[in-house]
Amino acid sequence: MIELESVGRRFEGAGSVAALQGVDLVIRDGDYLAVTGPSGAGKSTMLNILGLLDRPSEGRYLFDGIDTDRLGERERTGLRGTAIGFVFQSFHLLAERTVLDNVLLAFLYGGLPRRERLDRAHDALARVGLSKRASFLPPTLSGGERQRVAIARAVGTAPRVLLADEPTGNLDEGNSRAVLDLFDEFNAAGQTIVTITHDPAVAARARRRVRVREGRLTVVADAQASKGLALHPGLPVIPAAPVVADEGTPA
Amino acid sequence: MTAGRIRMGLLLGDLIGQALDGVGGKPVRLLIGLLGAAVGIGALVVTVGLGQTATGQLSSRFDSAAALHAEVAPTTASGSDGKERAQATLPVDSVSRVTSLAGVQAAALVTTLPDPAPSVRTADIHDPSQPPPASPPVMAADADLLGATGGVLGAGRFFDAGHEARHDRVAVLGAKAAAELGVGSLQSRPSVFIGDHAYTVIGILDSVTVQRPLLEAVIVPSTTARRDLGLRMPDTLVLQVAPGASAIVARQVPIALDSGDPGSFTVAAPPSGGLEGAVRHDLDLVFFAVALIILAAGALGVANVTMLSVTERRAEIGLRRALGTPRSLVAAQFVIESLIVGIIGGVIGAAAGVLVVVAVSSAQAWTPVLDVGVVVAAVGAGGVLGMLAGGFPALRAARVEPIEALRS
Repeated sequence: MIELESVGRRFEGAGSVAALQGVDLVIRDGDYLAVTGPSGAGKSTMLNILGLLDRPSEGRYLFDGIDTDRLGERERTGLRGTAIGFVFQSFHLLAERTVLDNVLLAFLYGGLPRRERLDRAHDALARVGLSKRASFLPPTLSGGERQRVAIARAVGTAPRVLLADEPTGNLDEGNSRAVLDLFDEFNAAGQTIVTITHDPAVAARARRRVRVREGRLTVVADAQASKGLALHPGLPVIPAAPVVADEGTPA
Repeated sequence: MTAGRIRMGLLLGDLIGQALDGVGGKPVRLLIGLLGAAVGIGALVVTVGLGQTATGQLSSRFDSAAALHAEVAPTTASGSDGKERAQATLPVDSVSRVTSLAGVQAAALVTTLPDPAPSVRTADIHDPSQPPPASPPVMAADADLLGATGGVLGAGRFFDAGHEARHDRVAVLGAKAAAELGVGSLQSRPSVFIGDHAYTVIGILDSVTVQRPLLEAVIVPSTTARRDLGLRMPDTLVLQVAPGASAIVARQVPIALDSGDPGSFTVAAPPSGGLEGAVRHDLDLVFFAVALIILAAGALGVANVTMLSVTERRAEIGLRRALGTPRSLVAAQFVIESLIVGIIGGVIGAAAGVLVVVAVSSAQAWTPVLDVGVVVAAVGAGGVLGMLAGGFPALRAARVEPIEALRS
């Protein structure tokens, strides 16, 4: 479970800019949350904080009850490697390495024997339907395939949460749909997903949505009401039981 | 413990694997890095190699394979009275025992006649009003002395086997002894008196490579000295050694002299000429400094390429950091990458350096001399160079923040 308590992030520069302020948010295991908002509203700042790439300037960020601000650089790095999976808009695959090597990158320094890492990487590629592309180089793949490789890399380590930053931003409609279908599938299997997007169609696939505007979080009422998930421990909580999705169900 | 070891093994294996992939990723960059390291290490090997070759050529150090002369003497040990005493005597037939050895080109026994040294005069005249002039030392030697010591005659000839066999009273004067005795020319067939006997001067020795005391001495055949002058034990066996054979000769000669107790003889390098050595040393320093500068330039090249690599791969570094690679391992990967470049460059540089040393030596008709240790050390130096050159870029890489690097 991920909890943000009154989280704020200021950037000191020519005058102090509050990119985020007073954000309260609870993400339960199995949740599928979309963070929407116009560019520059603070979405990426929030993702960086959630992904332990950045520290809040105020408030607390609890990861499974652990105050992440108390963790040292090394522990945060370790947590990032084992508990968080990233999917980026621009894929961030290493062009000179094979698809398999790119997926294996997520297992580096995790202490698993090579054999097991290979097995898991192949499993992950199978889950995104790219087993046959294992020995290809990323530049020979389509955009959609590349993003699926990135997703395989992100989910291969079985992270507690998958953080996706505009995952379909560089994809055409068909490939976008394929990626979002994968997310649905993974979520249905229990994977916690947080996706950041300015695209309403992408946000619509999530079970619930929050909006960031000028650094503040607002709840998108319909999602909260219909899915019955708490945004804050103070709000009434209805257990996050599997919900029959009313939109975006895989075809 | 075991698990920890496996973990460390995995870590190192992964690091090296990642570094190898990183190095191989951009062949052009790799090539430039290799060139930097290879040129630096090559320059070092060439300098050291040519230095060693030239030193060998100047025939000074016995421990280098190129020594051309050697001296064999009985091993000495402190006796109960604290004096150094020889533990054995060189056999009278030492020369014939060692000349059959491969690598021995010439051999001669040299002995300074012991106290009381016989007096040496040019005329058999006693002038009671004058103090007796200091006589030059008398040394006994074999016919092959010129070959064994690299000696050159200024005039006349040296005695030969015939003189030895007949116990002839002939003498060769060292250049300084000749000047001291006032013997300038051999035209008048001068004689010197050694003790009570007149010796015909048949030659004047101008220079020697080793056994410099010969130049100040009156040299007579060993056989004659044994009969007339009470010569008993030979002092030293002087050898001329084929280029490169000194190590073998040093092993075999004591055995040939006394197979029962080879340890009773010591083979040593003759003292080297002072001035030449000093000049050589200065030259070595200059060359070494130049090589160090080239080495530094090579290191800068490697550092530059690694720096470029860090800049180009910011996104990759950011990704690795995001995927859970600690800063220390990011740094380690770049250090290992440039270590690999350094070692491979070192191997190439060392090989090229050896080729240059051999080529230059063969062009100069020298015997190329290069310690194997130098080649190994050069490869090691390549690794150190790579590691040092990779250090700063690696620190830069470790400081890359994933957020910035991934923002694209």
